[in-house]
Amino acid sequence: MVKDVLTRMGDGQRIKMSPAQIKEDLLAGTKDAADRGRIPELGSSELEQLFEIIADKNRIVGVEPGEEIVFTDDDTVVRARDDEGAGGGIGLPISRMLAILVHERAYAQDSALIDSAASVNVMEVKAEIAGEMTAYETASLLTTIPLLYELSPALLWYFRPLGPYGNPADLLPQGKIQEARDAQEEAAVHLMNDLIYIGEQLSSIGCDCFNLDTTAASGDAEFYGVLKAVSKLKEVAPNMAVEMGMAGEFVLGMHGQIKFNGQRLAGMFPHQQVKVAEAAGVDIFGPAINTNCSESFPWNIARTVTFVKQTVIVSNIPVHVNAGMGVGGVPMHPTPPIDCVTRVAKAMVQVGKVDGL
Amino acid sequence: MPIAYSMAAGMGGIRTAGDLVMWMQLTRKMKLAEAKQYVAEKLKVSLMDMVDECVMRDLRKDLGIGTITALPGAAKGIEAKCKIAELLGININCVNKFKERAGLLVPATERVK
Repeated sequence: MVKDVLTRMGDGQRIKMSPAQIKEDLLAGTKDAADRGRIPELGSSELEQLFEIIADKNRIVGVEPGEEIVFTDDDTVVRARDDEGAGGGIGLPISRMLAILVHERAYAQDSALIDSAASVNVMEVKAEIAGEMTAYETASLLTTIPLLYELSPALLWYFRPLGPYGNPADLLPQGKIQEARDAQEEAAVHLMNDLIYIGEQLSSIGCDCFNLDTTAASGDAEFYGVLKAVSKLKEVAPNMAVEMGMAGEFVLGMHGQIKFNGQRLAGMFPHQQVKVAEAAGVDIFGPAINTNCSESFPWNIARTVTFVKQTVIVSNIPVHVNAGMGVGGVPMHPTPPIDCVTRVAKAMVQVGKVDGL
Repeated sequence: MPIAYSMAAGMGGIRTAGDLVMWMQLTRKMKLAEAKQYVAEKLKVSLMDMVDECVMRDLRKDLGIGTITALPGAAKGIEAKCKIAELLGININCVNKFKERAGLLVPATERVK
């Protein structure tokens, strides 16, 4: 008799599904991605492979020897030191230095990351850059693995009331579309200049990689500002790599008409985002595909792998899929379930053919 | 979560050669297969040995490129990265800056005595 399989919903809730239901959801997930992104669906053998991964009776699954990949992340310090918040922190009274060494030596990770001690606001990081440079230098002396400096290039900080520019969220409902576009363009230039300044300073003290995480969270104007900053940094700081991690699978058209290299950024999906990132000079690209909490884990993983597979195929640079809480097929829960996390890893490696996570 | 990912699919950083593969992705934009092949050739090991911690621990110690367990006197941190840059034939930004600031880019005959 065919047994039901223990799996989960996108919010982490445990459910049982029959093999037929799982296969139905796998197909529905890949079709959803294919329709939205106008990309190929996964083939029948790939869907079968995903089914085998999901239906594996073991709690933890893994890749075969020789298939191992490498990891970058956005959370080395926050995970150890902060509250649950957005990063699932475990609240240890630990310094940035110690968190990084634990990440390297105890977690055996392939790279580590240092981010601002005080703020996620680019303008505030710029004001504290000397302290950040010192912290990076010290950590870099003790780490053997590559050390990245992470920043979230959020455009929202540049809008009123926190920043100097008109807020599109206020202007658009008033029908002031051109004013909203103008404000976003001005803010994007300001963001670009700030990122260039910070990047140059970091490179001057030996930063190995500048990680721009959650790019395009505020939409296409933010994406534009970051791409322009990367293009310039590749000229003025050529020895520092750049990793770009996206905020979501779809670039929101808050501006709607802004272009990079003649391509409109609004509406781009991961396989399109990676090409403009590549053109700007990005060294590692991290697509983010959002988890749908109302759908099953099989649905989400099939959808995610569909997007990722196409992104990897078209990319000439390494692709490190964002696979954390609520992205990459991982359920949206502060303690992501290990059964799903390991299945995501296996699916990304064996079907998605990723270069890392 | 990083531990779960590492167990399921990770090279394990300096347990094996995950950091070395990472350096190739960062400095040369190599995709995974190419980066692994490149590193294996530089280490003069097979691809399977490269991900075997029982092989890599001793090799890393002998090459001076850092080990995950603490060995007094063994290369760590920036020392190990200097050796890694040399082994892989790559430019590592922090290594170059360290050498510049430490006067190690100056020929030995010209350093302050």
